[in-house]
Order: sequence, then structure tokens, then C-alpha cells
Amino acid sequence: MARVLINLPKAKRGEIVEIRTLIQHPMETGYRPKGDGTSFPRDIIRNFVCKLNGIEVFRADLFPAIAANPFIAFTIKAEEGGTMTFSWIDDRGRSQTETADFIVE
Amino acid sequence: MTRASFSRRAVLQAGAALGAAAALARPAIAQSAGRVVVVGGGFAGVTCARELKRGGFNVTLVEPSATYTACPFSNGVLAGLRPLSRQQFTYDALKKDGLAVVAQRATKIDGQQKRVSLSDGTILGYDRLVLAPGIDLRFDALPGYSEDAAQIMPHAWKAGEQTSLLRSQLEAMPDGGTVIISVPANPYRCPPGPYERASLIAYYLKTQKPRAKLIILDAKDTFSKQGLFQAAWKALYPNLEWVSMSSGGKVIEVDGGQRVLVTEFGRHKADVANVIPPQRAGEIAALAGATDRSGWCPIDPVTFESRQQAGIHIIGDACIAGGMPKSAFAANAQAKVCAVAIASLLGGQAPQTPKLINTCYSLVAPDYGITVAGVYRPVNGVLTDVEGAGGVSPADSSTAFRSLEASHADAWFRTITDEVFG
Repeated sequence: MARVLINLPKAKRGEIVEIRTLIQHPMETGYRPKGDGTSFPRDIIRNFVCKLNGIEVFRADLFPAIAANPFIAFTIKAEEGGTMTFSWIDDRGRSQTETADFIVE
Repeated sequence: MTRASFSRRAVLQAGAALGAAAALARPAIAQSAGRVVVVGGGFAGVTCARELKRGGFNVTLVEPSATYTACPFSNGVLAGLRPLSRQQFTYDALKKDGLAVVAQRATKIDGQQKRVSLSDGTILGYDRLVLAPGIDLRFDALPGYSEDAAQIMPHAWKAGEQTSLLRSQLEAMPDGGTVIISVPANPYRCPPGPYERASLIAYYLKTQKPRAKLIILDAKDTFSKQGLFQAAWKALYPNLEWVSMSSGGKVIEVDGGQRVLVTEFGRHKADVANVIPPQRAGEIAALAGATDRSGWCPIDPVTFESRQQAGIHIIGDACIAGGMPKSAFAANAQAKVCAVAIASLLGGQAPQTPKLINTCYSLVAPDYGITVAGVYRPVNGVLTDVEGAGGVSPADSSTAFRSLEASHADAWFRTITDEVFG
């Protein structure tokens, strides 16, 4: 599976925290010529979803202009802790899910 | 055909190209007298000033320092392979040639009146102005980093005291310590420089402190001569780790007091930290109104005249030279092209379209050299890599070949510094 980096800081209740993620992915646009008149087939991450205890808290749709190894940073308000899941799905239907404990003090 | 012979042929072609440009220069330069002020006494500024002086122009070189400390090969000083004094050059030979060298700082430029103000209040008039201010470090671009923090976590990206400081920190570090080098995103001075530095520090550690570790935290995923460097590291330096941007290597903050480097995904504690911050053109270029939003200077690739300020030429690391890297070799080549163009312009002639070459030597170990060479020409207003010319050292080479390239590197340094300062 692709390598994933997640930076999920500890939070105080009510605090706004920034969560950072990065997945290693070529983000092939579908427009890059192969040299034989055809192009490399498109293969990008289509969407990214972050859930906390099974409830979606953040979602992003990605498009071909986004660079390889997409870095996604977003903020949430820390109301409760629990299990956070991060999922990426690409054009080939491959998905990857990582989990991390979100600690709210 | 092997890649070795291919790349040698390309370099020969490149040499021929620049030779042709230099031959054109003589008759053009030898004509008229015009006043040219050159600001900055590095490889670019000194080369340009001397070329114009030889052509009979009235040239003044403005440089506040009495001594120039060269960056190329200064990584060898960090590894204890050479003393800093071998990096240092004076302007005595220029003065002997009758070139006016003014030991002041340029503080203001009036492009309308064509005047340069100096720190002692002197005002110099000019017909053409050349700015070769090199780089300034962007202390504002990396939270936590500052001139004070650079005393604890040196950048050593302008050779001199900073080089000695980093060297003494490496010497004082106990065996088993961790050295971290942080590398900025492009563009910056000397693209392969951080990796040569990492190699030579790793060589020092391997021979003197074998339990120590070296980590490169990089804001990029690819770099100059990457394949050659990585193959060498694998063979020579098992304690060297490169962390690319997509592996979380981009440093976004530093804590000078703790020698901690904060990346997007973690914190790294160093015993010796070499923080190479983002850079921009030397300040005088901005004061002249010659920098754009990037902090660097857009230029016409035929004359190196500013795209923003008529009559002002920018050469060396400060200019946006398209595909050409910010190197001493490139600065020297640009200075010659710029001198020829200024001679043509002052003589009322149309400047010739140039071809420029660059070669960057890097040492991976004292007897292990690798190179990248390129040829560049203006295409649609941008200096563009000539396809098929140049190239890098072959991947599969004998130790004798690597050793030969190391001696070529040494010969190059002696040659260029003799040409520029001797």
C-alpha cells in the first residue's frame, strides 16, 4: 500500500486543531504524453474522507491539477475524542484507510 | 556509445559555443568608453568588471568587503579537507589592473537619473549598471529562524564565519550525535550543494565519528544528480538518511534554543543543525526595483538587462536564468555574456544571441567526484536547456573515473578562481 503520513495533534476540548495528511500517489493527470501518440491513463486520488467515531467530519474531492503526493490539511473543532479514520480512493478503485486515536483532554 | 563519451562530446561542443561568444567579444568591446558601475564582488561581478575594463570601459566595482570567501568547495572546509583560507580571495589583482574598486556598500539606486548612492554618501553616475548581489537569506520565510538562531543552527550558505561555525560544531559534537541538514524548495544557490555537503559531512563522520547519524530534511522530492548521489550514499554512507518532502521532510519551523526542526509531520532533535533557509536576490536588487514577487530578478536572456529597470543588468545568483542553475560557473558565463552585450549596446550595436554553459562538480568523498553539465540558449525569452547537450556523469563508473572527476573538480576551482581573482 501507499505510504501515508498523518499529523493528528492532541487537543483541549473546544480547541480548533489542524490535522495534516499526505499520501504518496502519482496523481497521473491523463494528459501526459507517452511518446507514441497516446497518454498515460488517468490515475488520481478521487476523494478523501475523514471520520471521527464513524461520523464524517471532513471530505475533499480531488482533480487532475493537484500535484503528486497530495498533502491535505484541515481544521476541526475538538468536541470529543475517539477513533479517527482517514480514507483515500483513487481512479482504479483502490482505497486505503488509516486509523489514529484522537485524544481530547 | 557509452554515456561517458556522449557527455564528454557534449561538453566539448559547449566549450566551443562559449569560445565563439568570447571571440566575438573582443572587437566589440575594444571600441568606446562608457561608464559602467558593477555592484557586487563575487564570481559574476568581478568577471564582468574585468571583462569590461579590458575592453577599455570606465568601470567601477562596488564591494564593501576586502576579502571574498568563495562558496564552491567550502563544503570541503566543513569536512576538514581544506582550510577556509583556501576559499578566500582579495581584489588586489583587480586594483593592479587599474580597476576602480570602491569598498563601500551600495545603498540606493536611481534608475531614472542613472546614479548609485554609496554608504559614505558618494554618488556614482553610470551609463550601464550591473548588479551582481548574490543572495540574501530569507530569515522571514522560516518561523523561528533568525540571524541570532543562525549562530546556533548555522546556514553556512554564505561562506565565511558561518562555515567556520558549522565546522567547529561538527568537531565538538560527540560520536553518536545526530547532524540534521534542512534543504529549502527551489530555487536556491547551488542546487546540488546541500547533497555534496551531506556527503562530505558523512565522510567526516564515517572517518571520525562512526556512530553519528546524518539526516537530510528536504522540501523537495527530487534533486540535482539525485541518482548519482543516492547510489554513492548507499555504497559509502549507511548512516545518511534522506527524508523527501513526500516522506515528511519539509521543515516548517525551527526552535533555535533546542536545536529542534519541526516538519509538517514531526519534530527532529539535532546535536548539530544546518538550516539552509529559503533565499532571494541580494537586497540592492530589490531597492533598484529589479526583483519580482518571487524575490529574484527577471532578465532578458540575451543582454541580462532587467525586465523591469532599463539600463540595469543582473547577473549571477540574483537573476532568473531559466534553466541555468545558480552556480559560480553560471555566474562567470553570464558575466561574460553580459559584458559583451553591454559593449554592444554602448557601441550602438545589436547584441548577439549567446549560448551559455554550466558545469557543476560535486564531491561525494575526497576522491569521488560527479558532475552535471548543461548548455543553454534563449528560447522565447527564457534561457533554455539545449536538448542532447550536457548530461551527468555515467552511472556505472570505475573508482578511477570518479577519482579523475574529483581531480577535475579541484582543477576547475583553481582555474576559475585564478581567472576571476588572479
